[in-house]
Order: sequence, then structure tokens, then C-alpha cells
Amino acid sequence: MLGYSLRRIIYTIPVLLGVSLVCFALVHISPGDPLISILPADASVELQDRLRVLYGFDRSYPEQFLLWLGRALQGDLGTSIATGRPVTAEVINAVGNTLLLAAVATFVGFVLGCFFGFVAGYFSNSPMDKAASAAAVFGVSVPHYWLGMVLVIIFSAQLGWLPASGAGPGGSSQWKLDAEHISYLILPALTMSVIPMGIIARTVRALVAEILAQEFVIGLRARGLSEFGVFLHVVKNAAPTALAVMGVQLGYLLGGSILIETVFSWPGTGMLLNSAIFQRDLPLLQGTILVLALFFVVLNLLVDIMQSALDPRIKR
Amino acid sequence: MTVPFLSIKNLGVTFKGGTRPVRAVNDVSLDIAPGEAVALIGESGSGKSVTMRAVMRLNPEKRSQLDGQILVGGRDVMEMSTRQLSKFRGSEAAMIFQEPLLALDPVYALGDQIVEAIRRHEVISRDKARARALELFEQVRIPSARSRLDNYPHEMSGGMRQRAMIALALACRPKLLLADEPTTALDATVQIQVLLLLRELQRELGLSILFVTHDIGAAIEVADRIAVMYAGQIVEEASARDLIRTPRHPYTLGLLKSRAHDAMVKGTKLDAIPGAPPDLANLPDGCPFSPRCFLADGGCRTGKIGIEQISAGHQARCRRLDQTVFRDAG
Repeated sequence: MLGYSLRRIIYTIPVLLGVSLVCFALVHISPGDPLISILPADASVELQDRLRVLYGFDRSYPEQFLLWLGRALQGDLGTSIATGRPVTAEVINAVGNTLLLAAVATFVGFVLGCFFGFVAGYFSNSPMDKAASAAAVFGVSVPHYWLGMVLVIIFSAQLGWLPASGAGPGGSSQWKLDAEHISYLILPALTMSVIPMGIIARTVRALVAEILAQEFVIGLRARGLSEFGVFLHVVKNAAPTALAVMGVQLGYLLGGSILIETVFSWPGTGMLLNSAIFQRDLPLLQGTILVLALFFVVLNLLVDIMQSALDPRIKR
Repeated sequence: MTVPFLSIKNLGVTFKGGTRPVRAVNDVSLDIAPGEAVALIGESGSGKSVTMRAVMRLNPEKRSQLDGQILVGGRDVMEMSTRQLSKFRGSEAAMIFQEPLLALDPVYALGDQIVEAIRRHEVISRDKARARALELFEQVRIPSARSRLDNYPHEMSGGMRQRAMIALALACRPKLLLADEPTTALDATVQIQVLLLLRELQRELGLSILFVTHDIGAAIEVADRIAVMYAGQIVEEASARDLIRTPRHPYTLGLLKSRAHDAMVKGTKLDAIPGAPPDLANLPDGCPFSPRCFLADGGCRTGKIGIEQISAGHQARCRRLDQTVFRDAG
């Protein structure tokens, strides 16, 4: 177990290196000069050159990459071109908000998805299965920005129960656990949870149906286990895969659903990426992508380790 | 014969849900005395496993319909409530399966599965149940039993897994053991070991055993009596000795002749029964074996064929028994 975990941790190092290289390259391959957007149209050539040297854009790509990587390892992701603030602070702030949103959405999606999945799998081909499967398909296929807007129209504009956008008083940096802040969280989290709900429900349905068709379920009944006892065995058999899917979903949502965060003006990574792209803010873009990729890798690592703890067949 | 421990009377099992109902078991009656081992043999799809599963009502409830009567220790299994049924399963009757890798939960250690089964039926501490699991592992002769308790099914060899499965089945001291082709998935040398172990446990614990197999050799090794099934019916039943020496049903004869045996000379053809078993959703009139039978005449193809008593404990479902005095078929 410990050996396996250590090995998995060591495997992430080359992955992270590759990720940082790709994310540096992607940003630099794309056309356009980042400085043009912040300089006035009539800026002198000397000024352009000075800024270029200041941001290090005059050096060769490998040099830039190594410098950037070296600083990144010390926690310095450079300075945002658009705002002039350190990228690290901006990203950490946004990641915190997105993490909150994504965690709540994944949790809600996981609970609902498992519920629908188990119902559908246990009563497969019954009307209940049809209804639960329909809910899952709806979750996977409905356009989320559209759903978000519909929810805003119903619950904010018409009923006036919930705020339509933002993260609550204090903006992005002062989130607190109180009723007012939670009310701002409900609509975006609900909208976001629909994606993992659908995917997890479908996965769990397939898993449960497959497990129930296995002979060991008859074996369990032949030992005199009650239906609830059999259910617990099914849960333990389904758990590794279901949790893995949940982990991957959390990873995707951490990338910040750009559309949902834009609809709700949620100050997370999605919004940050959105503005970084439009302003051609290279350091911010690079930094955000790197941090998100880092999260994704760490999350996958956690899922792998958790899976090996739950499924004895993975260990060795 | 003493009062049977297991008594199946006119059992019928019909599977619904397909385009046509499938009559998998048709009018099967079978008694097993306390401490007796009976083998049910037949080819795939003859209804032997379905019959055995019916004894514990393990066939899918929604899709199958049972009729007839099954008495175990004097209690009618058909009449049991869900709660009574789950109490009965595992403690009165237990089952071992063909492929233990599929029949054991892959994500629970074997010791834990045994402890779970014991604690399901008895009020007993975890430690005591574990001590008993260890005894069971030793009883079925699993080497280094203590450390093997923590093994998962995939960490054991096939023979070892089947031993563990037997230990699990015996965990709550059942009086009836249902064995569904327990040696089919094992290689030949391990088969013998498992059969001998079953035989030994049966004597030691006074178990009644219903042993389903399509391996006649294995049936002879374990069983006191053998019943031959064809198309959902028992076509012949006799003591193991009588059945081998003087088979009376043409199907039994065909089965015995189709075995490979020592006396076979290289180049000789194996005697096979011509044709294929009938479609259980569309059984022919009369004797279901008649289309493949070398003795069948017009009378075999209509009406219901009854069971004929041949001698004490030997009976067959055939109306041409006057023509079927075979000698030394095997």
C-alpha cells in the first residue's frame, strides 16, 4: 500500500514536467503580441522594447521556460500584464472560489447520481429505471449555461428567492460560511452539479447492473444475507469505480466551467481564464493553466491511491 | 428408507419473460436421506442446476415460477417468508459453486466473508467467529490457514479457492450441502482432492449432499445414488452401482457409452448420442428423448411417459424398458 502510493507519487513528477512544458508552449505558440493590448496604440518602439525586456519576452523560448519554471517552483508565477498584481495571488484566490463551487457541485452530483444510478441499476428496465436514466441523460446533455439562465430567471428574477450572480458581499476574497454567502452559492452549484450527476448516474447504473448479474450475488443470497446485506456488498464493489469517476469529474469542474462561471459572474478560475484569454495576459494564462493542471494531477493521484485502498485487486 | 432430509415432489420450474415460457424443470421428484449423497447428472441445459437452485429458491423470483413441493428437514421451502428463507439459507442448507472466483465476493477477504456468514446466523463475537473460520480452513486443509484468512479470492489457486468456498458453505453447520459442479473448473488432480474432501466431510459431519455434475466419473466418486436428467425430467434413478452396471434408460446408456474410457483403442470413434437436446420452450409430445432414441416407436411420441419401477431403488421414465437390458455399458 505504502510502496504503491510512493510509486504513484514519483510517477507524477514526469507528468507534471510534461504538463508545464505543454502549457508554456501552448500559450507561446498562439499568435499575437501580449504587450499590444496594454500599450497605447501610439507607444514608441523604445517603450515596447523596454517592456519586452521587463517581462522577459526578449529571451529565447527555452530560456523563458526555464526561468518561468524555476520561479514557479518557488511559488512565483510572475506578474499579470493586465492588472500588475502577482499571478500567484490572483490564481489562489480564484482557485479557492472554484474549489468551493466544484466541491459542492461534485458532492451534490455524486449523491444524486449514486441515488439515481442505484435505483436504475437495481430495477433495470422498470419504469423507475427509465425515469432515473432519463434524468441522467438530461444531466449529461442539457446546455449548462442555458440551464443556469433558466434557473436565474425562475429563482432570481421571478421568485426573487436567490441572488442572480456574484459570490456575495466582499466579492471574491472574503467568503464566509453564513446564510447570505450560501445563498449565492446555491444556483451556480446546482447548475454545475447536473454534469457529474448525469455521468455518475450512468456509470453507477451500468456498474450495479453488471455486479448484480455476477454469480457471487447468488452466492451471497445462498449464505442467507438479507437484501440489505447484499446491497452493502454491491456498494463496496461499485465504490472504487464510482469514486474514480467522481474524482475525474471534480478535476474537470476545477478547471472552472467557463460558461457557468460567466453566467453567474462567479469569481473563479473559469472567469480568470476567460479574462486572461481576452486580454492576452500570458503570465496569468500560463499560471492559471499550470495550477489547474497541478490540481488535476494531484486529484488523479488521490483517486488512484483511494481506489487501491478500496479494491484489493489493484494493489500489486 | 428412512425419512428423507430433502424431499422434492413434482417440482416444476418455468421461466417467463422471454417470448415463450421455458419449462426448465418438469415434474421432478427426488429424496435424499440424512447423510446420503445423491448426484444429479445430465448435459448442459437439462435443468439440474435449476432444480438445485430451486431447493434454496435462488432462481430469480420475478422471472421464474415454481410448483410442487420441496421439504427440507420437514419444512416446506416454498411456503417460507423472505425472513425465514434467509435464515434457512446458509444455516440449514448451503451451496458451493462451479467457479469460486466468480461466486466469492472479489473485494472482501475470505476470512471476512466467513465471519460475515457466521454472524448473520448466530449471535457470536467477531473474535469467536474468526476462530471458527480458522478451524474451518484447517478442516478443509488449507495450508497456513491463519494467513490465508486474509487473502482475497484472486490471491488463491483454483483448488484452494474451492476449499475456501467449501469452508464458507460449512460455516454455519448446514445439514444439506448443494454442490453445483464443484470440480468442473478445476484441473484433474485437484478435482480428485476436492471430491475426496467432500466425501470425507460428508461422513464426518453426516451431511446430505446434492451434487450436480455432468462428469459421470465425479458422480460415481461421491454419490450413493445417481439421478439422470434430460430436458427437465429425471429419466433414470438408481444406486450408483446399479446405474453404471445396468442402465435401463436409452439416454443413460448413451451417456455411459459416450464417455472416453481406458479400453478405447486409438482410432476408434467415440459413441455419441445423435441429435441435440430439445428446445425447452417447445417440447415435443411424449418422451422428450424420443427424437434421438434408437428404440422409439409411435407410442413414445404421444401422451405422458410415466415412471416405471425396475427394482428397489431403481426407476426409469421409459415405456420400452422390456427392450433395454444392457450389460456393462461402461
